[in-house]
Amino acid sequence: MSAADIAGAALVVVGVLFFLSGTLGLLRFPDIYTRIHALTKADNLGLGLICLGSAVQSGSLLTALKLLLVWILVLLAAAAGASLIAQTAHERGIRPWERQE
Amino acid sequence: MTTLYLVLVGVLMGNIAIGLIRILRGPTVADRMLAAEFFGTVTVAIILLLAIAMDKSVYYDVALVFALLSALAVVAFVTRGWPDRKSGEQEDERG
Amino acid sequence: MVLFDLILGLLLVVLVQKCLSVTDLFGAVISFMAFGLLMAVAWVRLEAPDIALAEAAIGSGLTGALLFSTLGRLPHSEARQPIASRTVGSGPGYWLAAGFWWVSIMLLSVAFFLSLLELQAPGLGGYLQERLSESGVLNPVTAVLLNFRSLDTVMEIAVLLLAVAVVWSLGTVGWPAKQKLSLPLLVGLVRLLTPVFLLVAFSLLWRGNHAPGGAFPSGAVLAAASILLLLAGKTIRIYPLTMFWLRWVLAAGLLVFVLAGMSLMFAGYGFLVYPEQWAGTMILIIEVSAGVSIGAMLMALYIGGEPDFHAG
Repeated sequence: MSAADIAGAALVVVGVLFFLSGTLGLLRFPDIYTRIHALTKADNLGLGLICLGSAVQSGSLLTALKLLLVWILVLLAAAAGASLIAQTAHERGIRPWERQE
Repeated sequence: MTTLYLVLVGVLMGNIAIGLIRILRGPTVADRMLAAEFFGTVTVAIILLLAIAMDKSVYYDVALVFALLSALAVVAFVTRGWPDRKSGEQEDERG
Repeated sequence: MVLFDLILGLLLVVLVQKCLSVTDLFGAVISFMAFGLLMAVAWVRLEAPDIALAEAAIGSGLTGALLFSTLGRLPHSEARQPIASRTVGSGPGYWLAAGFWWVSIMLLSVAFFLSLLELQAPGLGGYLQERLSESGVLNPVTAVLLNFRSLDTVMEIAVLLLAVAVVWSLGTVGWPAKQKLSLPLLVGLVRLLTPVFLLVAFSLLWRGNHAPGGAFPSGAVLAAASILLLLAGKTIRIYPLTMFWLRWVLAAGLLVFVLAGMSLMFAGYGFLVYPEQWAGTMILIIEVSAGVSIGAMLMALYIGGEPDFHAG
């Protein structure tokens, strides 16, 4: 087992942990805006780490570039999607959650 | 090493199972769409992990197509599928 | 691995069940999209990357957009009203239906395990590998689709064209009304993504000869790009003159396929039986025209009616 394999595996494990925290946010946060916040940040960082881990292990430049493209595309889609959903939700009158005193 | 990746894929599948609760419960349509988008991201991650575990680089292309098309569904939802407020849907509940 | 497969299978069954039984259409659409995503993972697990690609492009992306747009066109009362009353969980009818479901699932699983026992035969894979060198391409799936069983593919494309003709016969549609919300972000996103869509579509087309890819996934990605443009508020002007070439593009896949078959027949080879030295080139020409036409046909199906060129 080479050093690249171990580093790649470690990156992937950390990535999956980020996914877990994103899911926790999706399940536990009180309204759509906070859920968007949790998911978009945590998941895309997680996916980035998984891409990086895969790239480190594959050891080929072409695959690494393809994985980078995958990550950029998901980032674009997720960032735009989150913004579109939040903007439309706001315009459709879904009010943000406030702490009840 | 392969075992590690399969365990991780299993954990991600568990994430999808939990996300399913959001898809089914809502409460608003936006929540359900967000959960569907989340499914898309997790699916890309699962396919990447399977590509390492099964040692097939072909699956990176499947992940690429997924990543590309993940924008389409959410755009369609926002521009076409989201019902207006006039429809009587009670969407302004807090929380 | 077995555990993973079990979770995957279980989730698929749950999603199908939700898709068929939730009482609002929106929930059904979302469940169906999630089902498409997981189905692609299942194809990856079954080591069928070609089908996974097609499912990734069509099952989750295109179908999702199509269903959302349909939902948006339905009158709201209809779209939001529960299809059935929420008190379905009682009465003999419910138990009858539920019983039927469970008995069918049991029978299906028994049949599945029985078929597992019998599936020891090697199938046609070995035979295909032996003759792959004659086919003119290196990817076995493309070899089957466009050489050994090309007649099936001709028919598939013909069916798709027929579907477009049927949809057009239902009358004209105007382009969807302009967005009420202003979403400048959307325009920027589409501007960034469209070139990448085109690049991926043509790379899939080109790769079809030696790796998973080919006309169907590539056409689906092309169609997705044009649907994204439509959704972002871009209207493609269609005048009588442009209608003319649109019809040719729609029919190009089938025309090229049939022409190739006929000319081979007249050259004395038989319908779509390629001579070995020409096979690669002919498959490439057929694949490119089929890919572009499939993209156009899927877009035409999405628009859902003959484009109304009088409206401009």
